[in-house]
Amino acid sequence: MNLSFSPEDLKFQEEVRTFLEKNYPADVKRKMDNGIPLEREDHLKWQKVLSKKGWFAINWPEEHGGTGWSITQKHIFQNELAAFNTPNIVPFGVSMCGPVIYTFGTEEQKERFLPAIRDNDVWWCQGYSEPGSGSDLASLKTKAEKKGDKYIVNGTKTWTTMAQHADWIFCLVRTDSSGIKQEGISFLLIDMKSPGVEVKPIITIDGSHEVNMVYLDNVEVPAENLIGEEGAGWSIAKFLLAHERTGIGGIPHLKREIKRLREIADELPLNDGFLKDDDLFMDKLNKLEIDLLSAEFTELRTLAAMSAGGHPGPESSILKIGGTDLQQALSELFVEALGYYAHPFMSESDLASNEKRIGPDFAATVMPHYLNFRKVSIYGGSNEVQRNVIAKAVLGL
Amino acid sequence: MDFALSEEQKQVQELITQFIAKDYPFDVREKLVKSEDGFSKEYWKTFGEFGLLAMPFPEGDGGFNGGPVDLMVILEAFGTGLIVEPYIPNIVLAGNLLSKLGSDDQKKEILPKLFSGELQMSFAFTEPQSRFDLNDVTTSAKLEGDNYIIDGYKAVVMNGPASDKFIVSCRTSGSQLDEDGISLLIIDKDSKGLSSRDYSNVDGSKASEVTLENVSVPKSNLIGDEGKAFKTISQVIDLATLAISAEAVGIMQKMNELTLEYTKTREQFGQTLSKFQALQHRMVDTFMVHEQTKSLLLMAAAKMNDNAPDSSKAVSALKFQIGSAAKLIGEESIQLHGGMGVTEEMSIGHYFKRLTTIRTIFGNSDYHLKRYSSL
Repeated sequence: MNLSFSPEDLKFQEEVRTFLEKNYPADVKRKMDNGIPLEREDHLKWQKVLSKKGWFAINWPEEHGGTGWSITQKHIFQNELAAFNTPNIVPFGVSMCGPVIYTFGTEEQKERFLPAIRDNDVWWCQGYSEPGSGSDLASLKTKAEKKGDKYIVNGTKTWTTMAQHADWIFCLVRTDSSGIKQEGISFLLIDMKSPGVEVKPIITIDGSHEVNMVYLDNVEVPAENLIGEEGAGWSIAKFLLAHERTGIGGIPHLKREIKRLREIADELPLNDGFLKDDDLFMDKLNKLEIDLLSAEFTELRTLAAMSAGGHPGPESSILKIGGTDLQQALSELFVEALGYYAHPFMSESDLASNEKRIGPDFAATVMPHYLNFRKVSIYGGSNEVQRNVIAKAVLGL
Repeated sequence: MDFALSEEQKQVQELITQFIAKDYPFDVREKLVKSEDGFSKEYWKTFGEFGLLAMPFPEGDGGFNGGPVDLMVILEAFGTGLIVEPYIPNIVLAGNLLSKLGSDDQKKEILPKLFSGELQMSFAFTEPQSRFDLNDVTTSAKLEGDNYIIDGYKAVVMNGPASDKFIVSCRTSGSQLDEDGISLLIIDKDSKGLSSRDYSNVDGSKASEVTLENVSVPKSNLIGDEGKAFKTISQVIDLATLAISAEAVGIMQKMNELTLEYTKTREQFGQTLSKFQALQHRMVDTFMVHEQTKSLLLMAAAKMNDNAPDSSKAVSALKFQIGSAAKLIGEESIQLHGGMGVTEEMSIGHYFKRLTTIRTIFGNSDYHLKRYSSL
């Protein structure tokens, strides 16, 4: 056992830092550092910087443009991205659809779709949940009927993150209703520009527009957009959910945020001193940091097991629950740090304007973040479903 | 020992419940929150006609001799309907400061208008650094001739945008954290040198940042004795803490009801969510926590009613509990609603937002734990 970085790893870390210092676009950085909501173009601008360097699809096989980095290098890279406060990578193409295509797709499909994902020329979104199918995803009803060389798709998808920006959507659709529900599901790629696709915003309690309803009304989809066999959709979905689950804990981001909260505590006036003088608050901050260390090393154990070629151990199932618990606890501690100044509400357009913020500079996004982050224990398989997975698959209950 | 409400109290409860059912459904509340004023001035006057605004004041002040228990009844019922009209800033804070310390002239001029709903007021007592400490006052008032000259800054002043007049806590002597030397002044919102930045809070209420620069008010605007206001401020904030805790208990009751209802209708895996034992146990927990919190509310209200020597300690016990119960019930209700819980469309998220801001208002759990230990 050796948990320290080698000289080569440290050299790599330096290389990443130098690259980010030179290439992280200043306008995107300004928005991130000031809590200004990002536009579609901001995400793309940043992600294309990584694409150009060949550092975007880092987990992909090298033949498709992956990096071939070791687990340690990936860990270093993710931590540096977070430390520089870069935008979260929009995962739907690179971390979700891409792996499905290079694992289950035909050679034609790989050639057609992978380069555009790797180079950030196409924005993907995910069509999984439906109004009646949340935790019970396999009960989904969106129907795809084969007519000649086309599928005719009808149904409604919901909670579709950033669908308003997307060029394509990958969908779970029902191609067969006769047998058990998991067996009639297929994995279909749909061009968002197709006639019959309509996107409607869902506004969440933090006032933001992040998720959407996607209505599919007699949408014609070429049969060659099917990934894998008809009826293979559920096993593809499970493969994808496992992919989604690692990394969903957002550990590097949490490390940066905890550091930031510590800096805030040093500077935020409280009576004739600072917030750091409040022992009860600092106790909570320190306990959170210990929990974070535990989550971080649990994630590293999982990654190490995966890189050694073994199956990820039971610890991988803990990551989503542990990571999201931490994300929520930290977002709450930011609210506590602010006291009354957590309450003023600024809309997304207020945030984008140059008007002076109410209260401390960092205040405006704190409560929206806490409210928005109620979602993390709900999405990606709710934490209740995760517990069922651990009970069944790990404990054998 | 008797926990039952009086007939009059039950009538008040019933009156508000009927009002909410008939005139204050969720979509109406949403329209009011998004309107220019942020609440209904018409409904506010209706509350005046109901007698709710004069309820918790002595007859001598034109009130109905109501006490903390009556206040609890009103606010708990308000909580179930998420009433956004500014009862606490106007009635509990400004009204009580005047009732307890005001001169006959001040009372005569202001209280009738406050009770009829014509006049809007608020109490400006928080500063950026003061957090929950009522003794932390840097806004200064200096007597020059017959006028006080006021300079300073008040943060997140509840009901600031609608207010015609503020009662402002000012330091007339001593240093930043001294309990002695704090005075209360009535300042008209349109006074020269007073500027306010008005905004909405996440819970649908409104507030202001108030800057005071060389504001001059006549000496007769002083409420009570110069430098001696701290004790009364503290008592009135205790009463407001009880009131907002009652609102929270009403919200918790409603959130539990909404969640139970939702889980009985939402089906996944071929059965309603309410059939899953893992979820049943969690709803049992939130049910128990609401009941336990309500017990502390009744305890604190009774102690305040009796002017018990340990009533401040009881209020801190209550508000500590409100903080942890609001977290549990608020977060669990959203989680059990799944994705729907985080949408603007459903009322549950709006109850959650108000319950979340109440965790902070008049002191969070940490503050009241410390205060409880020190009393």
